[in-house]
Amino acid sequence: MAKTLGPVRRSFQPWNDPSEPAFIELRNVTKRFGEFTAVDNQSLTVYEREFFALLGPSGCGKTTLLRMMAGFEEPSEGEILLEGQPLTGVPPHRRPVNMMFQSYALFPHMNVADNIAFGLKQEGMGKADIAQRVAEMLRLVKLEEFSARKPSQLSGGQQQRVALARALAKRPKVLLLDEPLGALDKKLREETQFELADLQQDLGLTFVIVTHDQEEAMTMADRIAVMDHGRIIQVATPAEIYEAPATRYIADFVGDVNIFEGTAEPLAGGGLRIATSAGFAVEVAAAPNGAAAPARGDTVWFAIRPEKMVISHDRPAGAKEGTAPNLIEGEVWDIGYLGDVSIYNVRLASGDVVRATRLNADREVERPITWEDRVWISWRADAGIVLAG
Amino acid sequence: MRRFTAFNLTTLTLGMAFLYLPILILILYSFNASRIVTVWGGFSTRWYVQLMQNESILDAAWVTLRVGLLSATIATVLGTLAAIALVRSGRFFGRTLFSGMVYAPLVMPEVITGLSLLLLFVAINFDRGFWTVTIAHITFAMCFVAVVVQSRLMSFDRSLEEAALDLGATPAKTFFAVTLPLIFPAVAAGWMLAFSLSLDDLVIASFTTGPGATTLPMKIYSQVRRGVTPEINAVCTILVAFVATGVLAASVIGKVRAPAKAP
Repeated sequence: MAKTLGPVRRSFQPWNDPSEPAFIELRNVTKRFGEFTAVDNQSLTVYEREFFALLGPSGCGKTTLLRMMAGFEEPSEGEILLEGQPLTGVPPHRRPVNMMFQSYALFPHMNVADNIAFGLKQEGMGKADIAQRVAEMLRLVKLEEFSARKPSQLSGGQQQRVALARALAKRPKVLLLDEPLGALDKKLREETQFELADLQQDLGLTFVIVTHDQEEAMTMADRIAVMDHGRIIQVATPAEIYEAPATRYIADFVGDVNIFEGTAEPLAGGGLRIATSAGFAVEVAAAPNGAAAPARGDTVWFAIRPEKMVISHDRPAGAKEGTAPNLIEGEVWDIGYLGDVSIYNVRLASGDVVRATRLNADREVERPITWEDRVWISWRADAGIVLAG
Repeated sequence: MRRFTAFNLTTLTLGMAFLYLPILILILYSFNASRIVTVWGGFSTRWYVQLMQNESILDAAWVTLRVGLLSATIATVLGTLAAIALVRSGRFFGRTLFSGMVYAPLVMPEVITGLSLLLLFVAINFDRGFWTVTIAHITFAMCFVAVVVQSRLMSFDRSLEEAALDLGATPAKTFFAVTLPLIFPAVAAGWMLAFSLSLDDLVIASFTTGPGATTLPMKIYSQVRRGVTPEINAVCTILVAFVATGVLAASVIGKVRAPAKAP
């Protein structure tokens, strides 16, 4: 299956290069707040010029991890290194790291230019140099004519740009972004995602972003760490996270998925046959992701994305007679028309509901497949993934 | 629902009249030409002229002003620090006790505060005078400042301070460049409050003062006991004008400096 994966920047894969030194390294970091363990003995490596995303639901420890990199929290155990230098005990104002806050945290009593200049003034930079750098930053975020405005006189999108310019003005080694697009509306958020990714590539900086929005992480990041309950569950490229999730949790958290529980039965040719509890059989060529091949009778889960399923009125021509594997018959139970795609919830004889999507490639007002139609759902043997946990 | 019924209007008028009519009469009679306070003898500013020549009242006013400025300023610094400790330091050991001790003077009867301070000054053999009044005023005004500043700090977005630290400002620089400007309206209001409290305090000042440090309220009180003179009306009118200006200034500062919340 790996050959079908298409990384966005195939040439940029420092994590596959053993000689590449770590830029940010977390070594067995634990953070406890009283009884509560926010981050539980986690290690992580981020490489130079990487766009790295920490993804997870609220309370999973991703923001705590980011705040430890910024220096607002000290790890209870373990250490954080930047370019091999331990950051333990270094206060936030002495770290070559800048952060963009979720609330933007713009100083309300200063205008845009003064906000951007704030960090430079702390460095003791000369007046002329500051003016030049501020102008450069304003140009970068396209806010030249707003330099004299107060933050309260700007729109949410403009405030977001000022916050970005302020955090970038000191040319930090690492930019930390805490839910940077959370307060923007959907359209603006999507535009800004691409702008941020382009900016990161142009500047050649290392970005670490925290988000609960999987689309945001997948659009921008080179690699994603999916977190849950203080643990990093999988670190991989967006395509790997989506197509080869390590666990049911990740498969379910990132994107839409159908998951069926079943009993494994190894096939002679090296494949696997799964008799699902929903009453149909699955045959796959690959072994479970990141685990030993299951023995006969083991409980496994088959996960398949809705867009990898083909829905049709007629029984697919190539299918074997009788009960063929990777083929389900059912009745259309619900339809969600989203414009570009339609979501079909198909009810099986067992009562389980399977979700399949169909691309609306033709301009049709009448649905070719509609409610209560008897339909067939099929998929290729490599379309889904077997999960052991 | 009609807001202005006859009953509402009457109670409002009577209430306001009860509060402000005496002050109005006092101001009016300070411009009375007659020596008898209750008889109107035409408009005159002679009592103001006479007041300016009354050394003892001018001395008392000067003492009051010095005590007020000094005690309000020190109380503002200490009260602001106390508020920061209460809001920012989390649950340090003895926080509840500290909080209680900061706010106790707020509800303590002035007689008790005055008497206990007097006993303290006597016990440590501290010469009573200008400094003891000032110290006493700092003690009770500080908690008012702490209350005002604390409420402002509670609604303060801490990420603003984190942003300043993150951009390389030292904690001290962060306080003066970000925190203080943003809580300034509360600090200024606290100062105004402390100043006006000190200005009109009679009880605590009477207990803690000594020779040569008679404050204006004490002076007025002792003169009134010998009969109200139009001169006293004139002093009080000036005092009212002073306090009114201060209150007005405080509200204007609050309006101008209160930063519009970023959406």
